[in-house]
This record gives sequence, C-alpha cells and structure tokens, in this order.
Amino acid sequence: MSEQHEHAHTIVGPKVYVAILFALLAGTALTVWASFIDLGFWNPIIALAIATTKAILVVLFFMQVKYSSRLTKLTIGAGIFMFLTLISLTLADYISRAWGSW
Amino acid sequence: MPDSPAIERGAHEAADEQEHPPYLRHHFNSTEQQADAASFAMWLFLLTEVMFFGGLFTAYLIYRNWYYQAFVSGSHQLNVVWGTVNTLVLICSSFTMAMGVWCAETRRKSGLVLCLTLTAILGLGFLGIKTIEYSEKIEKHHVPGLHYNISSFLYPDSDEAAKAAGDKPLPLDMARRTELYFSLYFLMTGMHALHMIIGIGILGYMIFRARAGAYTSGHVTFVENFGLYWHFIDIVWIYLFALLYLISRH
Repeated sequence: MSEQHEHAHTIVGPKVYVAILFALLAGTALTVWASFIDLGFWNPIIALAIATTKAILVVLFFMQVKYSSRLTKLTIGAGIFMFLTLISLTLADYISRAWGSW
Repeated sequence: MPDSPAIERGAHEAADEQEHPPYLRHHFNSTEQQADAASFAMWLFLLTEVMFFGGLFTAYLIYRNWYYQAFVSGSHQLNVVWGTVNTLVLICSSFTMAMGVWCAETRRKSGLVLCLTLTAILGLGFLGIKTIEYSEKIEKHHVPGLHYNISSFLYPDSDEAAKAAGDKPLPLDMARRTELYFSLYFLMTGMHALHMIIGIGILGYMIFRARAGAYTSGHVTFVENFGLYWHFIDIVWIYLFALLYLISRH
C-alpha cells in the first residue's frame, strides 16, 4: 500500500533529466565514433549495445519506469520478452533453412 | 445528521471528499488508481508499437544478412552528419518533453507551455532535416520504384558519396538489392516520421490546452502519456540511426 502511494507521487527532477540528456548525447557521439573504427564482427554488436544502453536510459528515467509500479515493469518486461522470442524464432527459421549461407 | 449524503456514501469517501478532484472518473477509487490504469494502458499501446516496428527491424535484420554488401553501399548514400544532427535534435526534444512533464507535475504553467513549444519546434526541425535527406534521395533516383537508378552502385566512381566511402563496384544482382535497402529505409524512417507528424499535431493541441491551464491543476495524465509516446519515438530513432546510418563507415 505504502509503495503504491510512493510511486504515484514520485516526481523526477530536472537534475536527473539533465544528467540523462548528457549521457544520451555522449552515447550518440560514442556510437558515431565507434562506427568509423574497423572492429569487424564487433561493429554492429557495439552499435546495438550503445543503442540499447541509450534506450534503457530513456525508458528508466525519461519514461519514469524506474519509479513506476511493479505492474508497469512486469508489463514492459513481458512485452520485450515476447518481442525477443518472436525475433529469435523467426531468425532461427531463416538461419536453419539457408544453412551455411549466413 | 444520519441521513446526510456524506454518511450515506461511507465515512471513507466522505473523509477525502475534499480531495476528490473533478477529473476523477466515478469507476476509479482514487486518482492514483486512475493514473496507474491510464499509464498501464499507454504501455500496452506502446508494446503494440514495439511489435509493429519490430517486424520491420526483423525484416531489416534478415535482408541485411543476405545482402550485406548492398546494405553497406546503400547506407553509404546516407549523410552521417545529418543523421547525427537529427539524433541530437530528437534527444533534445525528448529532454524538453521530460521537462514538460516535470513542469506539469509541479504546476508550472508557463514552463509547461515553453517546454511543449520547444518540443514541437525540435520535432519540426527533425522533419525539416529529414526532408533535406529525402530530397537528396529523390534527386539521385534512390527511391524504390520504376525510376530507381543503380548506377551509384555499379559505377561508384561516378557518385560522390560512394566515391568518398571507397565503395567497390557491386555485381549487377547485388546492386539491384540496394533497392531493398532503400525500401526498408523509406518504410522505417517514413513510419517513424509519420509518428512524429502525429505527435507534433497532438503537441499543438496540448500547447493550446496548456495555455488555458489544463494540465497544471493536478491532472497530468495526458501530458505524461504523451511523453511516453514521444520518448518511444525517440527510442525507435536511436535504433534506426545505428542500423541504417552506421552499418559500415570504416
């Protein structure tokens, strides 16, 4: 009960938002910089890792999920799990059909 | 007064009658419950959006693996500088939107109007830059369709962007696959831009309402949920930028 009341009144302040803004700007600079270096196999992985980090920052702070109810967190977690499951199954199908040509 | 309406409705409700704001719908127990339900519903909507864009991303992933060289050459036609500027513009607009939500929550009317206006301006700036990028593609006949031109990929020396990136000539069948890259490019950035246009429309409505003090008297659900939508668009672009623009720049 008390937890339910707490999250409803949590107001994220400008300090947090400014910090996240600079983190996101830095992340953008980092990902552009990294894309100009030849890391072979690792290039797309690093690009996606930075993008995911930025996305997580946006979700947790700009979208205030860090301060949301457990229902919201569970909903988002379930949605992302579903999305990753669908992608994995689709890719597993394509990879196993054209075996060796990936 | 045993028959007073306050007592009839129960002591609990009577106690917080003063806190009953007019925007509390009768089927909710409290404003917290109402806000939770609205936010939950907004997240469900956003998850359907994740699935929608997720299908496009999956198509991208598969074709990129099949026709990697075509995707690399195609992405070299995009302007990284414009792409980076647009990413920064969109991140800033997400920041102003988050600040707008804060202004609404802390009941700062002029601050809210300012933040919403800045968000709309940054959103329009993003679309303006996107227009410049699209017009480059149209001029070079890189829009998929009857007039699609693959000479930039068959003869990279004839094309400034391809030459600068050091592209090697692609075989004919691979050069044709660049059309797939641009189909996905226009589909994904186009759907993203459509979301932005809808968002800017709603922002205009919100600015109009915010000036009348609509969101700064405690009822901030609309601003909060619109903020979620706007941040979601930002996240989609973060991935689009990494996947479409930065495939292979080295």
